[in-house]
Amino acid sequence: MLGDNIDTDQIIPAEHLVYSLSDPEEKKNYGKFAFSGVPKDGAGLPEGNKLFVEDGKFKSEYTVIIGGKNFGCGSSREHAPACLKIAGIQAIIATSYARIFYRNSVDGGFFIPFESPDQLINNIRTGDNLTINVETGTLTNNSSNHNFKLQPLGEVAEIVKAGNIFEYARKAGMI
Amino acid sequence: MGLTITEKILAAHAGKDKITPGETIWVDVDVLMTHDVCGPGTISIFKEQFGENAKVFDREKIVIIPDHYIFTSDKHANRNIDILREFVSEQNLPYYYDVGTENYKGVCHLALAQEGHNRPGEVLFGTDSHTCTSGAFGMFSTGIGNTDAAFILGTGKLWVKVPESMQFKFTGKFPDYIMAKDIILQVIGDIGVDGATYRTMEWTGNAIMNFSMEERMTLCNMAIEGGGKNAVIEADEVTLKYVKERTNKPYNIYHSDHDANYFFKKTYDASAMEPVVAKPHSPDNKALVRECSDVKIDRSYIGSCTGGKYTDFLAAANLLDGKKVAVNTFIVPATTEVFKDLESKTLNGKTLLNIFKDAGCEIGDASCAACLGGPKDTFGRTHGTEVVVSTTNRNFPGRMGSKQSEVYLASPYTAAASALTGRITDPREMLN
Repeated sequence: MLGDNIDTDQIIPAEHLVYSLSDPEEKKNYGKFAFSGVPKDGAGLPEGNKLFVEDGKFKSEYTVIIGGKNFGCGSSREHAPACLKIAGIQAIIATSYARIFYRNSVDGGFFIPFESPDQLINNIRTGDNLTINVETGTLTNNSSNHNFKLQPLGEVAEIVKAGNIFEYARKAGMI
Repeated sequence: MGLTITEKILAAHAGKDKITPGETIWVDVDVLMTHDVCGPGTISIFKEQFGENAKVFDREKIVIIPDHYIFTSDKHANRNIDILREFVSEQNLPYYYDVGTENYKGVCHLALAQEGHNRPGEVLFGTDSHTCTSGAFGMFSTGIGNTDAAFILGTGKLWVKVPESMQFKFTGKFPDYIMAKDIILQVIGDIGVDGATYRTMEWTGNAIMNFSMEERMTLCNMAIEGGGKNAVIEADEVTLKYVKERTNKPYNIYHSDHDANYFFKKTYDASAMEPVVAKPHSPDNKALVRECSDVKIDRSYIGSCTGGKYTDFLAAANLLDGKKVAVNTFIVPATTEVFKDLESKTLNGKTLLNIFKDAGCEIGDASCAACLGGPKDTFGRTHGTEVVVSTTNRNFPGRMGSKQSEVYLASPYTAAASALTGRITDPREMLN
């Protein structure tokens, strides 16, 4: 659970962008440093001061990220969605996204960047148990029995369905 | 209903007469730029998807400019340069500006302009969010990730959702102490860091058209800090003079129609503008410089794609000439061409480089340097609780290295004036 304007320097600080994204051992470092740039009081709301990845580990105990508006703003680094996937993230639900991060998540097939029109920030706490129903477009907080709407995927739905931009283009006969 | 410059360029590259904002189209790409941070990942995806022996779609349309982590002992960063070299050699790419050679340029966005890769009417994608800088040349340019870049490498195409346009018009004349950085910080402060999300920021008005290409690039560079998809300024004689000195390739000039549709229009009186800073930790945290005069600083930093061009240093030199800085002051030319300008161009009979040295500044080599923190040994990087006034484009937590440091974004005039006093200082205090 994070706030508004989580930028790519908070998601993966620039000093760590040197690691290979293709070498299986080296790329684990991206998991280790995922969200390491988030100031302590903003990490794991509402309480804060929660580590996304425990010291010495390469994976997070969390699998879903809830963010506020303009999630992923800043740099075009694809290391940002990549590091979250490497850390074990399966979905992000935010109020809105910066567009390059959104595109990168969809075209690279890292995870589905869901948007929700509902106020998530006061109704979900870090550590709550969540269920996402892609078919019905709903998010359920099993810890509080709250239901939230997810926005339709719109123009990127076909790419999401295909898996990534390459699979989409193959299906469409472009490549 | 007419079309905007951006709509016309995108339509032409999609083979359509007309397009509508919100529509998804596939465009033909004129230039793909990548650098040392995102190039290796792009190359790896390209090979995985198109095969180990695949060839790029058009070697004349690929530009590779290492610039981020150049002067470092970090072994991974240096390994990434080797990956670029190997790919360039294997694909026989003509536009590569290698580290450690006379071809080395420095920061990609200014290098693209100086090497003639920015041409009006073209479509340019780059694996860097500040690729929107090139919009200063009346072209469509935007930042993308490794996957999209790899897709372009193989196909020469990419999908784009046609953005709505926002028009920012400045009429009249800017006061002498106002720079393009003040204007973009003012506008981002007005619209917020997501005020232009997935939209075009189109700049117009006689005050804007009186700006040099360098100043126009500063304006367009930070469209991404407002969430913008791209920025654009129509090409005029200033643009064409700059372009013709650097390339013989043909280009097309587009103008927005009088009846084009805009999502938003705002007109500013240029003469009313005041020097502006963005306070920590967001580019939209606007304040007037004169309201921050009690903020003590530890460091002044003048550099980067947005604040390390010749005109930026000329402004700073105007204030620093014959004086001594009160805090550590870092001078980082964006490109080697700018460095040569510092060595050769003079003010009051002295080279800019000597003015900076005599004032007690530290001079770095051309690269992105500490604008984005980088490896621990990066020139000018913050490591503690430094309060910095900087001509760079982002002040998110930790952006210049340390999460505890505080960065105020400002114009070169404000950065230089503040360097002399050790507190955030309105350049009018020095210029009068």
